[in-house]
Amino acid sequence: MRAADALIAVMLLIVGFGSAAADEAPRRVVSMNLCTDQLALYLAAPGQLVSVSYLSHDEKASVMAADARRLPVNHGLAEEVFLLNPDLVLAGTFTSRASIEMLVRLGFRVERFEPESSLDDIRANILRMGRLLGREAEARRLAASFDAEISSLRQDRGSRAPLGAAYYANGLTSGTGTLVNEIITTAGWRNLAAELGIEGMGLLPLELIVMNHPDALIGNNQKEEEPSLAFQNYSHPALIAAIRSGTGVTPLPERYTVCGTPATAQVIRQLVDRRRRMTKSAGGKS
Amino acid sequence: MTVPRGYGALMIGLVALVLVLMAVSLVVGPATITPLEALRALFHDDGAATLVMREIRLPRTLLAAMIGGTLGICGAALQSFLRNPLADSGVLGIGATAALGAVVAIYTGLAAAFPLALPLFALVGAVLSVLVVLALGGSAGTTTLILAGIAVSSLAAALTSLALNLSPSPYAALEIVFWLLGSLSDRSMLHVQLAAPFMIVGWVLIAGLGRPLDALTLGHDTAASLGFRMSRVSLLLVLGTASCVGAATAVAGSISFVGLVVPHMLRPLVGGKASRLLPASWLGGASLLLAADLTARLVSPAKDLKLGVVTALVGAPFFLALVLKSRGRLA
Repeated sequence: MRAADALIAVMLLIVGFGSAAADEAPRRVVSMNLCTDQLALYLAAPGQLVSVSYLSHDEKASVMAADARRLPVNHGLAEEVFLLNPDLVLAGTFTSRASIEMLVRLGFRVERFEPESSLDDIRANILRMGRLLGREAEARRLAASFDAEISSLRQDRGSRAPLGAAYYANGLTSGTGTLVNEIITTAGWRNLAAELGIEGMGLLPLELIVMNHPDALIGNNQKEEEPSLAFQNYSHPALIAAIRSGTGVTPLPERYTVCGTPATAQVIRQLVDRRRRMTKSAGGKS
Repeated sequence: MTVPRGYGALMIGLVALVLVLMAVSLVVGPATITPLEALRALFHDDGAATLVMREIRLPRTLLAAMIGGTLGICGAALQSFLRNPLADSGVLGIGATAALGAVVAIYTGLAAAFPLALPLFALVGAVLSVLVVLALGGSAGTTTLILAGIAVSSLAAALTSLALNLSPSPYAALEIVFWLLGSLSDRSMLHVQLAAPFMIVGWVLIAGLGRPLDALTLGHDTAASLGFRMSRVSLLLVLGTASCVGAATAVAGSISFVGLVVPHMLRPLVGGKASRLLPASWLGGASLLLAADLTARLVSPAKDLKLGVVTALVGAPFFLALVLKSRGRLA
């Protein structure tokens, strides 16, 4: 027990030398969570961010993978983060509890971010990240351009809102209260899961997709995925027969939906374009 | 020849039970279609409802019956051949090695390029385990055989989990549950087409073994003196079991306990004759799995409860009772 106390005291001492005063902008920021990684990469000054989580190097999960690759990764372990000697640690509310608690006990400043489940959350997290990093002006600019892009996308309402069925690995869907629902509805679509009363993530039975005739499935790009059973329903004969447009799955890549970032506006734009093309071809036929 | 008078009645009753359960299975589902509409949509084209019936509910129902039948008939044949009340494709590790074969075919991408690779790999896995189990424990007593089966089964389950953990797909590790517990959700007619030929071949091979298995109840020597070549019987049994259990596992994962429980329930009713037990166990297995799948769907429609959970909840206490009963004899 005494040895452990002594160890912690020594650690605290080492940390004490590294940490900056609280009101100054932090100089060594470590991010342990995919979502905070991306926001910090958007906003941090050169050299301010010293490590990001290993997930952010993955192009499928992160919109900032190219920038993230310039930085060393951490795996969300308290030991790694400790050795990086940060003066600010960014984490998600779902980041490993044990690691976070240990870092807090060791006296690190840890800031936790809720995952973004709406466009408002994205704006709020951008502004908060700006405050924490001492980059408020940049954050306000980024949030303003995000807002402008979203409101211009909202203007573009078609005459008819197509019905989309969000359908991911293992038959999961996103209902009300999710970022995907906001992405779909902001793009001028109707979300089948929300209309069926599904809240949050839930299973969307194949039968209900067939009975409701969605105009398109919105999901992963199967060609990018390694073989598994998770996407076998995409080639289910009933599903293929049920999608009226017959054009397969409209991709909504995970990197835009796992975390809300300014890039979320891009994927809304893709869905708006898709809707325009659909209504145009439908109009041409009639 | 002691023909139990009730045998005909029993078979008619079992056929009726299977048909009733299939009908119920066809009218239960998340889409709100009334039972009458559902059955009409199955035969007359009615747009979306027909699609749901023919492409979603029908394959599920057919597979439940076919896979249950497979497990039932294989359990009966293995128990009769090995003269061992604890034998069944799950206990002997055949399901687990078939799952390993299927996992290798799917996660290497082979099955996507060449669909037949899936049942073939599962079949190869199943053949290997039957051979290993028979070599290790075929001629020895009850306990050795079961131990050999448990060893093969655990090894195959571990290798399956390892293969899925090492797979590059982030979803693979979660799919361990499917392979170890089995499920029939969202199967399609493609799965039926893939598995049916292998299953039918297996059933025919096993059904042809009725008479030699009857003779075997009198002992190996008597059976041999009656003109049945045991090496041939053994080969046909291995191929038949591997073919149908392999195909069943390839499309629905490994489902335990059906093959163990069903022959035990039916044996007293058919007078203990293997040639009668085989068809009765097919029907009994089909009924049990149809009922298990219905239970899984009705108890938690939104959760995709795995089939193996239901069959194990029924089967494991039964297995325990069986072990307790046979403990007296083994000691």
